[in-house]
Amino acid sequence: MIPTIYYLALAGILFTLGVIGVLVRRNAIVIFMCIELMLNAANLALVAAARHHENLNGQVFVFFVMTVAAAEVAVGLAIIVAAFRSRGTVEVDEVNLMKW
Amino acid sequence: MTEPLLFFIASIVAIVAAALVIIQRHPVYSALYLVVTFCALALLYVLLAAPFIAMVQIIVYAGAIMVLFLFIIFLLNLDRPLETQNKLKHQWLVATALTAVLALEGAHLLARGLPTTSLSEARELTGDFGTIQQIGRALFDQPLVFAFEATSLILLAAMLGVVVLAKRRVD
Repeated sequence: MIPTIYYLALAGILFTLGVIGVLVRRNAIVIFMCIELMLNAANLALVAAARHHENLNGQVFVFFVMTVAAAEVAVGLAIIVAAFRSRGTVEVDEVNLMKW
Repeated sequence: MTEPLLFFIASIVAIVAAALVIIQRHPVYSALYLVVTFCALALLYVLLAAPFIAMVQIIVYAGAIMVLFLFIIFLLNLDRPLETQNKLKHQWLVATALTAVLALEGAHLLARGLPTTSLSEARELTGDFGTIQQIGRALFDQPLVFAFEATSLILLAAMLGVVVLAKRRVD
């Protein structure tokens, strides 16, 4: 049996990698992928906690997180498409005006 | 013992693929490495006695969400890396400092929590923990069934929002 702390450490590493990606990259699509990475790290921690406490509510919560993540990706990518139509770019440092 | 071996293989694959998501300059390669990360995470969910979550991870994340990403990349025709000139010169410095703070915080918490808490060992499972029947019972029981209905509203709102946002204006 793998100790639960290993799973939590892995979730922390993945979350940190997602944070690095959001801070470093300027392509809006890649930033979105890194946000997905952070959501997955949180999911891993939740599933590990559910296994540790033998309580299924953690897995049910992961199910809801996935639903919200799917909705968020759809809306976010639609926003990226709309921004690309009006600016012609998906680089976040090019999109620096609220209204154009 | 196959379980520690599988854990270490899956976690190393997940970490390396997640790093490659950030390092790759082309969004398509980032998306494909993200699929690798999701599959490794699905294997970890199986090890954590969550087969339903593992299947949903493959179907929803590695399937639906990543297809959406790739479709948008193709639709926007991002066929070449766009990040050429470095406008924000000090971005790397600030990003490294902020991430170092986060990593140190996490490392401190993990190092402090390891000897004292009971997180080091979990009990062996007995019975049918994590089967789809169990998940369904937990999901459709009285307090959570309303949350389940609320997710349908979230999905409906997302669908309407996407149609409104992505609709091409005629004028």
